[in-house]
Amino acid sequence: MAEEKIVSAIKFGILSPDEIRKMSAVQVTSPETYDEDGTPKSYSVMDPRLGAIEPGQVCPICGNTIKGCPGHFGHIELALPVINVLFVKHIYELLKATCSRCSRLKISPEAFERYRKYLFRLKERYPYLAKLFMEYIKRQAMKVTECPYCGAKQPKIKLEKPTTFYEQDPETGDRIRLNSRDVRKRLEMIPNEDLELIGYDPRDSRPEWMVFTVLPVPPTAIRPSILIETGIRSEDDITHKLVDIVRTNERLREHLSSGAPEIIIDDMWELLQYHVTTYLDNEVPGIPPAKHRSGRPLKTLAQRLRGKEGRFRGNLSGKRVDFSARTVISPDPYLSINEVGVPTDIAKILTIPEKVTDWNIDELRRYVLNGPSKWPGANYVVTPDGRRIDLRYVRDRKSVAESLAPGYVVERHLKDGDVVLFNRQPSLHRMSMMGHVVKVLPGRTFRLHLAVCPPYNADFDGDEMNLHVPQTEDARSEARLLLKVQSHILTPRYGGIIIGAIQDYISGAYFLTIKSMLLERDEVIKLLAAAGVVKEPPEPAILSPKKLWTGKQIVSMFLPQDFNYHGKANISSGHLKCDDINCFWDSYVVVKQGKLLMGVLDKKSIGAEQQDSLLYWLSKEYGVEVGALFMDKLFRMFLRVLELRGFTLKLDDVAIDEEGRRQIIQLQQEAFEKVRNLVEQYVRRELEVVPGRSLEESLEIRILEVLAEARDKAGEIAVARLNPFNNAFVMARTGARGNVLNLTQMAATLGQMTVRGERIWRGYMGRALPHFKQNDLGALARGFVVNSFYTGLSVTEMFMHAAGGREGLVDTAVRTSQSGYMQRRLVNALIDLYVDYDYTVRDSEGSIIQFIYGEDKADPIKAPHGRIVNIERVVEKVLGSSK
Amino acid sequence: MTSSSSYVDTRILGSVIESRLAERLPRTVIEELKTILMRYQLTEEQLEKLISEVEKELEKNSVDPGEPVGMVAAQSIGEPSTQMTLRTFHYAGVRELNVTLGLPRLIELVDAKKTPSTPLTYIYLRPEYKNNREKAIEVARKIELTKVINVTLRIDVNFLSNAIVIILDRDMLEDKGVSVDEVVKVLQKAVKKAKVMQSSENPYEIIVQFEEALDPTKVERLREKILQTRIKGVKGINKVIIQRREDEYVLVCEGSNLAELMQLEEVDYRRIRTNNIKEVESVLGIEAARTLLVEEIMNVLEEQGLDVDIRHIMLVADMMTRTGVVKAIGRHGVMASKDSPLAKAAFEITVKNLIDAAAKGEVDKLLGVTESVIVGNYIPIGTAKVGIIFNPHIKK
Repeated sequence: MAEEKIVSAIKFGILSPDEIRKMSAVQVTSPETYDEDGTPKSYSVMDPRLGAIEPGQVCPICGNTIKGCPGHFGHIELALPVINVLFVKHIYELLKATCSRCSRLKISPEAFERYRKYLFRLKERYPYLAKLFMEYIKRQAMKVTECPYCGAKQPKIKLEKPTTFYEQDPETGDRIRLNSRDVRKRLEMIPNEDLELIGYDPRDSRPEWMVFTVLPVPPTAIRPSILIETGIRSEDDITHKLVDIVRTNERLREHLSSGAPEIIIDDMWELLQYHVTTYLDNEVPGIPPAKHRSGRPLKTLAQRLRGKEGRFRGNLSGKRVDFSARTVISPDPYLSINEVGVPTDIAKILTIPEKVTDWNIDELRRYVLNGPSKWPGANYVVTPDGRRIDLRYVRDRKSVAESLAPGYVVERHLKDGDVVLFNRQPSLHRMSMMGHVVKVLPGRTFRLHLAVCPPYNADFDGDEMNLHVPQTEDARSEARLLLKVQSHILTPRYGGIIIGAIQDYISGAYFLTIKSMLLERDEVIKLLAAAGVVKEPPEPAILSPKKLWTGKQIVSMFLPQDFNYHGKANISSGHLKCDDINCFWDSYVVVKQGKLLMGVLDKKSIGAEQQDSLLYWLSKEYGVEVGALFMDKLFRMFLRVLELRGFTLKLDDVAIDEEGRRQIIQLQQEAFEKVRNLVEQYVRRELEVVPGRSLEESLEIRILEVLAEARDKAGEIAVARLNPFNNAFVMARTGARGNVLNLTQMAATLGQMTVRGERIWRGYMGRALPHFKQNDLGALARGFVVNSFYTGLSVTEMFMHAAGGREGLVDTAVRTSQSGYMQRRLVNALIDLYVDYDYTVRDSEGSIIQFIYGEDKADPIKAPHGRIVNIERVVEKVLGSSK
Repeated sequence: MTSSSSYVDTRILGSVIESRLAERLPRTVIEELKTILMRYQLTEEQLEKLISEVEKELEKNSVDPGEPVGMVAAQSIGEPSTQMTLRTFHYAGVRELNVTLGLPRLIELVDAKKTPSTPLTYIYLRPEYKNNREKAIEVARKIELTKVINVTLRIDVNFLSNAIVIILDRDMLEDKGVSVDEVVKVLQKAVKKAKVMQSSENPYEIIVQFEEALDPTKVERLREKILQTRIKGVKGINKVIIQRREDEYVLVCEGSNLAELMQLEEVDYRRIRTNNIKEVESVLGIEAARTLLVEEIMNVLEEQGLDVDIRHIMLVADMMTRTGVVKAIGRHGVMASKDSPLAKAAFEITVKNLIDAAAKGEVDKLLGVTESVIVGNYIPIGTAKVGIIFNPHIKK
């Protein structure tokens, strides 16, 4: 392995012609690249001296083969100077800021001295202001019309994009073309002190170097040619461009030496400028981009750097990695939340380098014996002298296993207990990539615990996830200590729980903890077995005639002995609402001394993305390990409850009787009547106008109000007629899935469909669908859906519903790109900030952003409710109960 | 509490807490602690225990040095923003006014736009005016920008008599509290080379009689000029709505013009409020702008039912305002003032940043996260910020 070096700084500058010549291996003069027999020609852009590119080829410059040769630059001596487009802005400003005759910076000598001294002081103390000040001086100089040194009247410099400069006499308005040679001459004459005053660094970037006289030719390694099967060679775009430049340059040189007329030379010069310009950047405004034979624009130097897939964002900020895997995910409630199920096929490919020691040598020998195709095996053995033995091609693995000794490294398969990073895109927050403990399983999908779906925002409708195997000991221990799922139960966004019960877990918890849940001994044992607990259940709540346990007793077995909690349940709303412990509906949860005394467990107490829940205080006060264990064990039990009882959503759950149907229809008829009245008033222009709105808008607002009310009332009627223990309703009440609106839409009516908050009206002239009369302002014609999902939609209703639904789809599509870009900007702006030991927030240069983080140095993930100290909890802790 | 140790005098309780914790705890928490403890009879022992417990909590809940708070803040705002609805318009309490909310508003805020797409001003009135609806209406009429077009029913151009005839809307005149005379007066001022008079037949008809013949090519512009003439009101205040809040009347205005509104004697300038960040910055200063920025971002998130700790938002606001002017989160604002050419190149406008760096001979010291990733160094944050020095020779 090469010696490890750390880059401490990078200095930017412009290559001077001398430097280019000095580092050049060959001067390129030949526009032809290959001989007839296909060997690269010397002095062409494919000259072998530019670096070894083919396997077996030895580089004539450094003597290395393709593996070791870094590639070497060549150069082209340009017949005439050519402007570097990328620097055009700087050239333009320098020309404007300096005298056209003597090339001094147009700042009077007195001011010059003053600025210089001031700048010197500024640079030390306020580098940021120094930058602004230098910019200011430059602008000042650009405004001066008479040189303070030689007194020359200054012509106006004009830039015709992209690279042509003109001089315009301010009085006569005559334009004289400045060619690149003139430009370069002027830039050469600018004194170093003047440049320093306006922020240029004359040592590493003299302005005349912004005009090429010598063009570097990059090594062939960065522009490889592709061999197509037919044997035809296809060159890289940059090679094409270089050939163009060489060809034009040689022709220009010939014209010059043969004394061709000026017009021809100028045309040739112009062409050379065009080629060099497009070679550097093929998207310069004002000139047509250079095209490939097929008409595709060439990808030249600037295009390689720019954009999402460019060198910077694509290869430097983000890199492709080894030791990673990707496949479909599926759920497995029998895993721990900290685990991930990895298919054996993947475990056999991903490896961990393990050093052979006296303590693991037997185990590693076994892996080596198993080889690469039998799990758990090993894929490579690395000897102390750095040789890698590929076990795929070893015939006698036994002897390799024998030869293992401390100091060897075995790249063994992934096995149970290893930590890996698990990730789902889009990675919007740090919980999108967490550490999981490997559990190798049969099958072809990654398996994960359902409670970790919310942080990843994952579901199982075909989602895929990525897995990365950390390769160093520090990375692994960091993953184990900081990245494991249990360390992310709390989100730094607001300090609440983000990993918790979802969907069936909540339904199961509800059914287990309702008052009517009484269990016999064998049922209790079944449940405890599901949780993996071997423990004698407590004294049963009911002793006679039969020993019966309540569900709450079973849950209590998993709570710490001194745990206290009280809070409302999710079902505590509407007529089941309770504010304190006097609750008939059992919707107030009380835990005292580790016993669940009353209340049902539902979303509010154990759900994900909840604040101040039972799970929150459990994880907070007893540590995340306890929280994780609670979820691992109890959640499995909740599922078993559902399995024993049976749980489904059936059509009858949303069916309502004739009477209810009748009432809803009547309600809707009344609402329609009201709408009709409003429309009539509107037609007669008697409608009361909402202040600040037009008559039409007022009508729409009123109609929407009337219809929304009708929908809500219909929903109330329907919901009141549903059995409170019907499964759909239970899910809505406990917060497991769905809400009352969903129930309303299934049982009673879909209600008004809207597009952009308005009733649907676009489509045909004066109507949304051809089924209606023109200018019908009634409820049905404008997208009110009378039917429910249960009764089924009519044709017109279906179209209206689709129109409303489509808006939602468009909305998400647009929103993701917008919010994604905003987040990228935020991240880039704030990424360097950290809290220092003095609790100040600083950026990468050490400048202070905040004197105390968040004004009270409280960590959002730890501080309850955004307060650094929760006084009431402290008082309760010290003095017993709070008042 | 039968302990024999002496009780702490409630009178000195406050000062004891003050002296022990004042420098380490924020004001609000100290006050809360005081009011809660006042309710108890505390022994010295208990007080001591309480204070030490508070100190322990304080220590426990503090941030860990090295914590990448910037990254966490960016994620904490960015992640929930994907869940926001795009629906731009929502009624903010008043159904008469549209207010931009949700993601578009959030983007507008971090962009530090010059004017928000829906500028709003809440005007609270001085005690003499605030409880009286009549007076509030009067103020509203005074500040609402009323143009001729707002009170015009129709406008005709009469080429024969070289006149433009305006027929005023009687209801609107009354609503806006404008008299015909006033309209005549402002029009006379606005239009050159013409005589403005009230028609003799119809009191709501105004005739603008021109001296010269009307040029048909310019008449359209002239008509527009007449219609856009300001009768009264404050520039930028397009609509005023009177709202009752608890026991007082509040004017909610579409548009904003802090500098002028604050000078009105009826307006309680201490309580006036707008959602225009840049305006607040220029009128009230950068600290006010920062505070407003925090509040506005919090409002947007809360309205969408998204919970985000205020510290994250404060950090964003501090970053935007730290140079003394409000800067956008983006390539021209915060990013432009970064030192590292590599970090800037990796964000946006790659080539230009590299070229500028080359021309100026800049040095990238590779102190930031992005630069470190690019060259393959450890990132200078979190666990990679600390080093361990181990001296194997030290015994014991």
